[in-house]
Amino acid sequence: MSTLSSVPIDYYLVFCSLLFCLGVIGVLIKRNALVILMSVELMINSINLLLAAFSAYTNDPAGQIFVFFIMVVAAAEVAIGLAIIVLIYRTTGSIDINVLNKLKW
Amino acid sequence: MFTKYIFILLTVLALYSGIMVLVSRKPIHSVLFLTLTFFAIAGHYVLLNAQFLAVVHVIVYAGAIMVLFLFTVMLLNLNKDEHSPKSRWAKLLAVIAGCMLMLTLIGIFRNYDLAVAYDPMMTQIGLVKNLGKILYENYLLPFELSSILFLTAMVGAVLLGKKEQL
Repeated sequence: MSTLSSVPIDYYLVFCSLLFCLGVIGVLIKRNALVILMSVELMINSINLLLAAFSAYTNDPAGQIFVFFIMVVAAAEVAIGLAIIVLIYRTTGSIDINVLNKLKW
Repeated sequence: MFTKYIFILLTVLALYSGIMVLVSRKPIHSVLFLTLTFFAIAGHYVLLNAQFLAVVHVIVYAGAIMVLFLFTVMLLNLNKDEHSPKSRWAKLLAVIAGCMLMLTLIGIFRNYDLAVAYDPMMTQIGLVKNLGKILYENYLLPFELSSILFLTAMVGAVLLGKKEQL
């Protein structure tokens, strides 16, 4: 009960921005498709946490329902994404994103 | 005051392991640090009185998704360094771009003021009873549609994972 009164929502805003930017940097600096997918998960989680924070601070349960649906979509996305990564590995023998430039031109 | 320290502890833990996800050279270390980040975020959910979300987060993310990631890393034998790491120059530019985005976001949020006053008595929002009522009264259609999405994802994953050509 005392958490929300002792921690202002600005802290959550800054923390979630930091986590989101970590995910963005991860997508930019990594070559491994699996680690890029993990960075995307990091971004999704920061957004989820911010939604839950706003839901708690404004006493609106709809935000938590929204987080729930985002988790559902993220789980489906990871299942498909990993299946695609396994398929890429099977065809090219690597999951380095440098190999995946066939659609570039 | 005590919860504030827990907040800071969880925040530092999440940010540290988030940075370690990026710094680690081996994918398996990244996966394990990401699991640690997810546990810290689950702790944040508990602090925010979102108990149901905390449990679901641990089950779905730390349980299902990270097991999928670990399984893929071990299946593909990716436990080695990247073949062609990006140049130091490109990495530096990427980090600068990420920091600029962070500055922009913080600049946007700096003058944010919460319009609704916080009611300290409403701590029961995140419990299963309340969320279930809202989920099944107001959000029934999205809930049912998400089950179709899951079925599609399951069929798609099996289809992609099949060895033989279709």
